[in-house]
Order: sequence, then structure tokens, then C-alpha cells
Amino acid sequence: MRTAAHPFLFVGCVELRQTLDMHALDERELMHRVAEVPADSVFFHTFGYFLRHRPFTTAYGNDFARWAALEIGDRALAERLAVVDPFAFPTVEALREHLVTILQDHLRARGGDLRVEFDRAFHFQRSHLVEVELGLAATTLAEFRAGLAAADATAIYLHAVEARARGGRRAGDFAEWLRGALELPALAERFERIDPYLTTLERVRGRLLRLVDRALEEERG
Amino acid sequence: MSRIDDYRQVAPPGAVDVIQKLAERVRGRRFLNLTGGRLGGGVAEILRTAVPILSDLGVDTSWEITGGDQAYYATARTLQATLEGAERVLSDEGLAHWVEMNRVNAKKLALDADLVLVHDVQPASLVTHRTDGRWVWRCHFDCSSARPAAWSFFRQFADQYDAAVFSLPGFEGRLGIPMYVVEPSIDPLSEKNRELSPRELTDILTSLRVVRDKPLLVQIGSFTHGDDPIGVVNAYRLVKKHHDVRLVLAGTGGDEPDRVEIGNELREAAREDPDVLVLELPAEAYRQINALQRAATIVLQKSVRAGFELGPAEAMWKGKPVIGGYAGGLAQQIIPNATGYTVYTVEGAAFRIRHLLNNPELIPRMGAAGREHVRRSFLITRHLTDFLALMIHLAR
Repeated sequence: MRTAAHPFLFVGCVELRQTLDMHALDERELMHRVAEVPADSVFFHTFGYFLRHRPFTTAYGNDFARWAALEIGDRALAERLAVVDPFAFPTVEALREHLVTILQDHLRARGGDLRVEFDRAFHFQRSHLVEVELGLAATTLAEFRAGLAAADATAIYLHAVEARARGGRRAGDFAEWLRGALELPALAERFERIDPYLTTLERVRGRLLRLVDRALEEERG
Repeated sequence: MSRIDDYRQVAPPGAVDVIQKLAERVRGRRFLNLTGGRLGGGVAEILRTAVPILSDLGVDTSWEITGGDQAYYATARTLQATLEGAERVLSDEGLAHWVEMNRVNAKKLALDADLVLVHDVQPASLVTHRTDGRWVWRCHFDCSSARPAAWSFFRQFADQYDAAVFSLPGFEGRLGIPMYVVEPSIDPLSEKNRELSPRELTDILTSLRVVRDKPLLVQIGSFTHGDDPIGVVNAYRLVKKHHDVRLVLAGTGGDEPDRVEIGNELREAAREDPDVLVLELPAEAYRQINALQRAATIVLQKSVRAGFELGPAEAMWKGKPVIGGYAGGLAQQIIPNATGYTVYTVEGAAFRIRHLLNNPELIPRMGAAGREHVRRSFLITRHLTDFLALMIHLAR
């Protein structure tokens, strides 16, 4: 069995949320705030959604779409925001621009805003991730499979979402290691193609495990 | 006393391991909690569980309280009420006395710690006597609509902290320091939430005169306009036209005029209808609350004003669907159509109760989803994780 040049260390994370004391009570305010909040906040409400999303809740894709649907009751805006796949943008700034453009276009097409009470406002946040070494390491594909199956779900977020979106590692940590340390470029490419948008971390884990199982079978065959 | 390993049976897989890993990074550090008292309320409930567990994990955790004369307590209560948005009279002399009493408290207390977490208003001005370590103000209430004069006074102390922690985004007041969000939690192994044997359950319900021959609607909350028990009675009456159900309203009364008036009105409703039961319970009636939530078919929390209020989380942990008002933390806990419903009106509450009673297969399905939701988001294990992450983050 192939042995990696360096081990893969599984790291989980805890999300410490910070409130920014910036709020939106209608769609117009949402547009202005999205344009001006720190990039970390745009990240929190889009990519960070995957860390908080649970399988039994309706998938809105990001916090902005969820708010438009549930608090403002603007289904059309919710649909337009929900379809924004954050992974399709090269930078958070590009993602921000697109969100603002959608809001601007939506506001041009409809009349007055429906303002909500403060209780139902959109409250902007950001987060700080505290990393946690999980004590799981892999130097072979079989060990990697065992670690991937056992790791806390936050490790999937950190290595597959955070690394790609904010860490500057566009392939994600898993694919980078499979390609660079274990020299399995085909498997790495399949990992990169996994689409975490509108799903849960557990489903992403399941898909990754199936890819590894297939590779292990091929290796044995 | 519970230990962290006891929580493996109830926490999400891997959660206890994460807590232990985080605790290793702050082992030996001193973590001091300061509150205005040790009795009653959600803060004391959380600290009673968290302090021994963190100590067991190797974090040198302690819990101290401040004290003073009657005027000190009265001013602290009034100041907190104004920060929560109530119109009250605060005198300069009273406020100066509160500050002075906390100066005396500071002399008596050992305030040296790596992290000092000061809970709510009463001990808050102790920050002016800080030495080393990081100081964090932990605000457990909603101060977004604080009275401006009270907030301006209080802010001179709050801004001396390194950070503040609120229970929900939107609960914060204007401050010049970083503000974090940590939601409160329930202890699944406490008297209020632990499993009860069928025998225990029957004994407690019998002692409360609760009969279980019909679907049972239960609301636990204070007899105040904020928790709207009168609205619950009216919703029950709308449901009663179609379904033979019982209603239990359990809560704390009190001497304030509105509580007395609402209590009288509820007792009158109970006299007129044998299927309505009104129970006045002390705040520490944990086993009784546990039993009532477990006996319920549907749990109501039809508050119109609320802080975070963990009642929905407690009920969902017991596998019950919850119909709650759209207020404070209730909307944060209840996932509409998945774990229950949020409603705005008496009619809305009645509609949702009838919907569940007419579609009884939804009741266990929502109950199961609610329990999983609480397991991930509102157990003490998640709270301990947040505490430790905050300690690590602030030590950077």
C-alpha cells in the first residue's frame, strides 16, 4: 500500500460567533449592509451556513435567503439569493458584488420595502474559528478512510470548505494531500468535484468515503 | 455531581472528545465567574453544571458572588430593569452606592484570574478594580432597547471589559468592544431534564393532580403578560370546540399587581372548566417541570415578550413538538415545520394545535427532530465548547 510523504492530520473547529451590531430591517438595508460589512461577515453568512445547516431544516443555501423567505416573506428574493453558489466565485468580494447586484435588481423591480420589527431584523455576524487537533492522522489511504469516517463533522467543514474558500487552498486540504503526499491525482480530482452546496457535512462525508472506497477497491484489484 | 464522560451518552458523537482537546489547551488556567447570587435563574443552573465539569477537566474554575445591603440589591435590580427597557426611577445616590458597594466587594474577592466572566448587572462595576487577565461581561438578557440614560451610565463600565458576550445577535447594546454570541444551554442530566422512570412520572403527576386521559397541552411560564397564559387559555378554548383535550398552566405567581390579576383570571378559568389546571410552582420545582413536559402531548410557550427562555429546548429534549410565540430566543430554538411552529396570535396557536392533533403522526416526528436539534445546539456540551473556545480565542 502506498505511504504518504507526510501524514494528514485531521483538525476540527469550533465557531466562535461575533455580532457586529449591524442590522437590516428591510431589503434595501440588507443591500447597503452587505455592501459595507467586513468580508468575514459575508463569508459567515454564506460559506459558514454549511457548518450550521442541519439535515432536517429547509435548505436555503445562505442566511440572506433564509431571512428573505422567513422574516420578510419575499419568496422571489429568497429564490434568487438561494441559488447563489458561493463556491462559484473566485473571492468573497466577487460573491459580495453578486449578492448586492441581485438585491439592487430586485429592489428596482418592486415597490416599497416591507420593514420588519427589530426582533426579526437581519443581524450581521462574523466568526472566529478555533481549531482543534482531533488526534487522528493518516499516512495511507486506508488510514485516511478511517480518519475521515471518525472525525468530527467540523473537520469536513475546515478541510473541504474553509480551506477552499478562505484558506486560499482552492483544491481543499483533502485533495491537496491526496495529490501531493499520496500521489493519487485521479482521486484528488474526484474529491475536488464534490459539490458541498445545498447539502450537509455528513452527506459530503458520505460521498468522500464512497470515493475512497472505490479507490481502495481499485488498488486491491 | 456529573463528570464530562457522563455526557458521552447524550452528546453528539465526538463532542466530548472535542471538549477534552480544547480543555488541554487551557489546563491550569484560572477561570473566575462572578454573579449576583447562587440561587434561581438560568445563570445559576448553567454554572452549577459547568463549574465542576471545567474543574474536573483541569481548568481552575471558581464561582464567586457579590453582596451588599438592601439598597445595593434594589439599585442593581432597577438598573437591570432599565437596561432591559423598563421605565424606572434611578437616583444618582443609588447608583453611586451600587458602585461603592462593588468597591467593597472587590476588596473581599480574589479577582486574579486568566479569564474573569462577570454575569449580568449586579457585579458589573467590579471591572474598575481589574488587575491582570481578560475580563468579559456576560449579558444574559436583551439590552437592545435599554433606556438611553441607563445605558450611557452603564456603558462607562461595560467598555472597560475586553469583550462582551450576548445570548443572541440583536440582544446587544452599543459598545466599543468585541461582542460575541454564545447561546445558553440545558443540562440533560439535571433534575429538570434527566429521564424519569414511569413510576416517578406517575407519582409526580398524581401529586400535581394531573390526569392523563386526554391529550395534554402544557405551558410552563410566569403568570405575566409577557408569557401570555391568558392567550393560551383562549387558544385552548378554540381547540376545545373540536378536540377533547386538557390544559395545564404551570408557573410562578408573585406579588406584582399584574401577576396577581393574571393569576386570579387563570384560577377563574380553571373553576369554570375542569379540564384546565393551574399550578403555582416555586422556581426550583425542577422534577415537577420535568414531569409536566414529559406528560405533555404538545408544549406551548406562547410568549409575546421573552429573553432567550430555554423552555422550548427543555421540551424538545423530551421529544415534544413546541408551539411558541415569535419572541426573543423562542424563534431561534423552534424550527418551523420541523420541530414545532412559531405563532403570532391566539388564533395561530389554536390553528397549529389543531393541525398537530388532526395529524398525530407529526407529533413523534417533530419530537424526534427537536431532540436531535437540541442535542446539537442547546446542550451544556455545546456551551462548554463555546466557553473553552472563548478562553482560547481571548488568550491569543
